[in-house]
Amino acid sequence: MVYGIAKMLNFAHGDVIMIGAYVCFFSLLHWNIPTVFAIILAMIICTALGVLIERLAYKPLRAAPSLAVLITAIGVSYFLQNAAQLLWTSSPKVFPSVLGDTSLRLFGGQLSVSMISVVTVAACIVIMLGLTWFTGKTKTGKAMRACSEDKGAAQLMGINVNLTISVTFAIGAALAAVAGVLLCSAYPMLMPTTGAMPGIKAFTAAVFGGIGSIPGAMLGGILLGLIEIFGKAYISTQLSDAIVFAVLIIVLLVKPAGLLGKQVREKV
Amino acid sequence: MKKLLCSMIAIALTAAGLVGCGSSGSNSATSSVYKIGASGPLTGGAAIYGNAAKNGATIAVEEINALGGIQFDLRYEDDEHDPEKAVNAYNTLKDWGMQLSLATVTSTPGAAVATKYFEDRIFAITPSASSVAVVEGNDNVFQMCFSDPSQGTASAQYISENSLGTKIAVIYKNDDVYSSGIFETFMSEAAARGMDIVSTTTFTEDSQNDFSVQLTEAKNQGADLVFLPMYYTPASLIFQQARSMDFAPKYFGVDGMDGILTLEGFDTSLAEGVMLLTPFNADAADERTKNFVSKYQEAYGEIPNQFAAGGYDCIYAIYEAIQQDSSITPGMSAEETCEKLIAKFTSFSFDGVTGENTTWSAQGLVSKGPKGMVIRNGAYVGM
Amino acid sequence: MSKTILKSPMRKNISIYALVIIGYIVMQCMIQTGNITSVLHGQLVPICAYIVMAISLNLTVGILGELSLGHAGFMSIGAFSGVVAATSLESIIPFAPLRLAVSMAIAAAFAGAAGFLIGIPVLRLMGDYLAIVTLAFGEIIKHLINCLYIGIDSGGLSFGFLGTASDLNLKDDGAVIVNGPMGIAGINRISNFTAGFILVMVTLFIVLNLINSRAGRAIMALRDNRIAAESVGIPVTKYKLMAFVTSAAIAGSAGALFAMNYSTVVATKFDFGTSILVLVFVVLGGLGNMMGSIIAATVLTILPEMLREIEQYRMLVYAVILILVMIARNNASFMAYLDNLKNRIVNAAKKTRKGGASVG
Repeated sequence: MVYGIAKMLNFAHGDVIMIGAYVCFFSLLHWNIPTVFAIILAMIICTALGVLIERLAYKPLRAAPSLAVLITAIGVSYFLQNAAQLLWTSSPKVFPSVLGDTSLRLFGGQLSVSMISVVTVAACIVIMLGLTWFTGKTKTGKAMRACSEDKGAAQLMGINVNLTISVTFAIGAALAAVAGVLLCSAYPMLMPTTGAMPGIKAFTAAVFGGIGSIPGAMLGGILLGLIEIFGKAYISTQLSDAIVFAVLIIVLLVKPAGLLGKQVREKV
Repeated sequence: MKKLLCSMIAIALTAAGLVGCGSSGSNSATSSVYKIGASGPLTGGAAIYGNAAKNGATIAVEEINALGGIQFDLRYEDDEHDPEKAVNAYNTLKDWGMQLSLATVTSTPGAAVATKYFEDRIFAITPSASSVAVVEGNDNVFQMCFSDPSQGTASAQYISENSLGTKIAVIYKNDDVYSSGIFETFMSEAAARGMDIVSTTTFTEDSQNDFSVQLTEAKNQGADLVFLPMYYTPASLIFQQARSMDFAPKYFGVDGMDGILTLEGFDTSLAEGVMLLTPFNADAADERTKNFVSKYQEAYGEIPNQFAAGGYDCIYAIYEAIQQDSSITPGMSAEETCEKLIAKFTSFSFDGVTGENTTWSAQGLVSKGPKGMVIRNGAYVGM
Repeated sequence: MSKTILKSPMRKNISIYALVIIGYIVMQCMIQTGNITSVLHGQLVPICAYIVMAISLNLTVGILGELSLGHAGFMSIGAFSGVVAATSLESIIPFAPLRLAVSMAIAAAFAGAAGFLIGIPVLRLMGDYLAIVTLAFGEIIKHLINCLYIGIDSGGLSFGFLGTASDLNLKDDGAVIVNGPMGIAGINRISNFTAGFILVMVTLFIVLNLINSRAGRAIMALRDNRIAAESVGIPVTKYKLMAFVTSAAIAGSAGALFAMNYSTVVATKFDFGTSILVLVFVVLGGLGNMMGSIIAATVLTILPEMLREIEQYRMLVYAVILILVMIARNNASFMAYLDNLKNRIVNAAKKTRKGGASVG
């Protein structure tokens, strides 16, 4: 989402996810805070972090070419990873199960779905609907879309572009905290480098679904996951990643703007 | 040019030696300091291994220095688990005046610097770089750990001799030197012994979160034993995911599995009944291990794993070798020390926390008895 | 009038060549007199390889104007094909420098061919979609090489895919060269600083000539305004491919140089992180600015080694420096201040020269 609106690749996003998961881990295990508050705490800290990063690293580059911002994002990503290693050491942590080991049994035990998957999917749908509503209906949301379409024109219409982008970052970071908790509940292994791969995969999913389209990002994410699992199950576990990327390439060649992206006509 | 380079190094070394003497001229005891260099991944994804080995070695150095007599100065450099950075780290250490070395912690960088150690004739013993490529053709590079092929063979032997399983599934990490090295020899030994391998599946660095597909495959093939040649981090996820899909085979791991019980937040009941071949056991009752484990816990707040134990043993092996051969002195050139230590290492036997009666072949491969361990009630028990 | 226009890129190019040659001579002097630390000495070849990588990526990103996030993939292809070539030619060409040159050429050919195959579909896309597809190709190349087995015996080369090395069925005199995920071990290290220097010079020669040629101007026209360029009859695909393939081939030879400086090479070395690293060189040095790429590649390769003193805070400081430099570079008043400073120094230099001449 941040990507669609601020028109930049935020490589540090995955690392914000990682920080969120660590905050949650420590509040759960060491300070014995109840789960709900732990998640809220993680969201607050990540939001603060997101705004801070935006202020210090990205804002001075608002007028700079997008590549410069990209490199800065990589710098931020390095920084967060190494800071996390210094703070929490490099040894992996096992994330405590937030929801317990229960799994739903459907069709008399034929199909078992773990509680975590159910909650993850539910959370995704809620977040997606919420975001769609937010960007479509509220004033701030509309301002975001305006900034995304044309920064200059938006400014002329009296929208505070800087503030809007900051708000976008804050929301993106808060959601990253939730993503961190969900990710680590599903795959309970937490390391300073945990965020790197989800960051790239999230970006791939966003492009796959069409940049700037929120339902597209979700569809892209689900499809990429499915392709990876089916590729592993039916073709080869060694080549599953290669297959995912190959499908991505083919789709982009057929639909160059992603699955649900708008085809922008070029004006001469 | 090469000759020039050699003489240059010699000059640099002498200069470093002179500086060393000069700075500590007032105290004659400290002039007998051996400079031990080492590199390992201290940052990045493999940082846990590098830091563990460094911590273990540091404890050994502190103990030895406290005894008086032979003094060590240990310097660890970061190689980020990357051959390029490892060579840089090696050169940094060479500029510093390293006389002895613990080589690298991981295999891929180890193979890259091993030839450098060979060319510059600096004695090296690695705590954990287990690939054969590290020692092959390099007579002055030794291993404290088992080499990958020998672990694969030993595992297959152990499983078949104790008939631990009839239908075996293997899951390994195919972009990892350690994991695929063990896998290859395991498979050839298993074939030679007529073992029934029903499923082999893989994962990579980028996909080590989700094992549902691999486990489903193993389950559908009716596997009753799963062989896991990998480190404990992915293994812990495998145990958890297998339980959530009601799949309860026996598990057999290698020395990388050691450390699983110390994972912060890990539910040790998941690892109940896991078998592994490992040279090191943090719960062992012998005096040496107890002392090491308690010191390590005190200093770093963690229970040491096999990397830490390897680092600790490497320092002690060098210490004992130097102690036994009184002709080795700190003022000697790295090359001379190297030749003497090669002779010593191929002829003596060493008792450490990772095994007793450890001996080395001329190739640098270690020979010691692997301990078959099984996890019972969250602790290792000998099998 | 036309003379001055032509003259300025020429002068700039000469100064780039001069910089590289001076750098080489200074380094050689330091090596000969023994004033060089082993660290720096060991880094000379990788620096050359990274400089070549940065120049070649700058051709794609700076001159062609397309963001590529998979450049390390070409380096990987070059590294592996180059080492395999060098190993197989060992008995045919005993003279190491020649063997190195031949295998670099083979590496360039392979990487160029890959660039061609990838370029046809990829260059149809635009902007971020193109970037993500190059990223995808980089990852695919990494995974494919991870499953690749190549062996050599008296019957020639044999190839295997998936499976294990024993599936190659080599004869008794055979040896495995590429061993899947274990990559290549025991490489004969034939790269050296002089070879690296020559490769940098050749690369500069090719790229600078391309930029200042008719084709180069067409490529830059495509970058600045594709529609306008198309409307005056510039064939888009041809020129885009030309730049992309050249860039890939150069990256391939850099890969071969890099691989043969170490005794081992694995596919995972050339991952997304390496692509990004090279991209950092290019952006930091300035898009389309070859001199900047060279300097950035050199400084950023040495910097992490210089920072070893501060141990665990090393990468933290590296990250902060990266961010600060990026912000400073894009800060108008700071750049204006720098320009001002530069002008003053130049003026002062001119003045002293004038003064000196009049005295003389």
